[in-house]
Amino acid sequence: MSQRTIIPFGPQHPVLPEPMHLDLVIEDERVVEAIPQVGFIHRGLEKLVTKKDYTQFVLVTERICGICSFGHSLGYSETVEALMGIEVPPRAEFLRVIWHELSRIHSHILWMGLLADGFGYENLFMQCWRLREQVLDILEATTGGRVILTACNVGGVEQDIENGELNGICQTLDGLRGEYNQLLKTFLKDKSVRHRLVGVGYLSEADARAAGTVGPFARASNIPEDIRSLGFGAYAALSGFEPITSKDGDGYARCEVRALEVLQSIDIIKELAEKIPDGAINQKVKGAPEDGSYAVSRLEQPRGECFYFAKGNGTKFLERFRIRTPTSQNIPGMVQTLQGCDLADVPLNVLTIDPCISCTER
Amino acid sequence: MGMPLTGMTLKNLFRKPATKMYPLQAPQYSSRSKGHVTNIIEDCILCGICEKRCPTHAITVDKAAESWTIDNFNCIQCLSCVRACPKKCLVMEPEYTKAATSKSTQTVTKPALSEAEQAAKAAREQEKQERIAAALAKKAAKQVAEADTANE
Repeated sequence: MSQRTIIPFGPQHPVLPEPMHLDLVIEDERVVEAIPQVGFIHRGLEKLVTKKDYTQFVLVTERICGICSFGHSLGYSETVEALMGIEVPPRAEFLRVIWHELSRIHSHILWMGLLADGFGYENLFMQCWRLREQVLDILEATTGGRVILTACNVGGVEQDIENGELNGICQTLDGLRGEYNQLLKTFLKDKSVRHRLVGVGYLSEADARAAGTVGPFARASNIPEDIRSLGFGAYAALSGFEPITSKDGDGYARCEVRALEVLQSIDIIKELAEKIPDGAINQKVKGAPEDGSYAVSRLEQPRGECFYFAKGNGTKFLERFRIRTPTSQNIPGMVQTLQGCDLADVPLNVLTIDPCISCTER
Repeated sequence: MGMPLTGMTLKNLFRKPATKMYPLQAPQYSSRSKGHVTNIIEDCILCGICEKRCPTHAITVDKAAESWTIDNFNCIQCLSCVRACPKKCLVMEPEYTKAATSKSTQTVTKPALSEAEQAAKAAREQEKQERIAAALAKKAAKQVAEADTANE
């Protein structure tokens, strides 16, 4: 038996934009066990809820993460609205979903670029990020922010998008789709990309279920679970929503699921832009959550299902607010894919779950 | 399958760069861009609501000195103050603040009034004091009357 060695991976590593540490127990070139460690960027944002009132806390939730920013403000707002029994105007719900899907597009294209960078295809990485810029431009033109939008609040949204502007967005997305399809062909058909991804980091359906994985990571292992199919908010208005799944369960399948979800998001935005009703975009919010009341809500973030819990105590400050983020759900699955893989495949395996450490540590 | 990205790569050879030569080339902002907050001090009533609403305590309102101060390095461009302002004198300008070597704050002070304006202000103030005195006197008289009726 060869000697076992422990190699530290991270917290600083080229494939990780955020700090996460792995202790890799290896035998020769093969990983026997991976021990993850998080906690390098804990900011205690969940505790801050007792210091900022419930309307101000939207600003804090937006800053939990730089990529799922809008999703967190949406999830928080929906939870507090459920807590206080506020009904949001339908136009606001449509606008929220449009922004949320735009965030998903830019998050997925960003990840695809990082993946290309991870396996050393620099040209593909730059093309991905060039396309992503178009989505960020839409976000800036509609809300004023590229990543932190400050568009969602408890009771509705802050800004309206005029119907003419929505048509312009749809045209931009059509243009984006044309260029994106070329990148898609590279990701799914190119020999060098397939060579690097097929069979890497395999996770079977049973293992994925046992490890409690969520989001594209689970869908790539043939688990058709997507909170959007439950029809919360404006998703109920969609004519049909089918989660995109793949049976392969490897790195290539995860890339395929995310790549196709971008096209799905474009379709969702275009459909909602046609169906959007006229009317108010904001419901005035008064009072405070009742003492002892609590609410939960679930949301499909780009990285998977995110779970929110809020508890009121009769004042303007919430008693407790908790977020269970998709990456914290996916880390056990990731550790499983690392067992038995080559040391050289570790960075790619870590990357294919699309880890968001800022969300995980809050 | 050949190399699907070749077409896009060749096109890049003849296309203008996707990046801009900032700062040589001026950046283009959308009208809604969140750059920095400014105060149209002439319209400001120094009510202090912006100071209370600011989540990062970046704004300070000094009523005695009639000045309004913002720390742009603490400001997170959340628009809380702009949305809360009762006189709509706070504006979000699209340009980002310039890079600096040290942190600083920006203060705007109410402009000094001309003699005529000062006189008008003093007259307004005096009228207000008279109104208050009259109201107080009326209230006192009413209380006296009420006490009288109660005694009777």
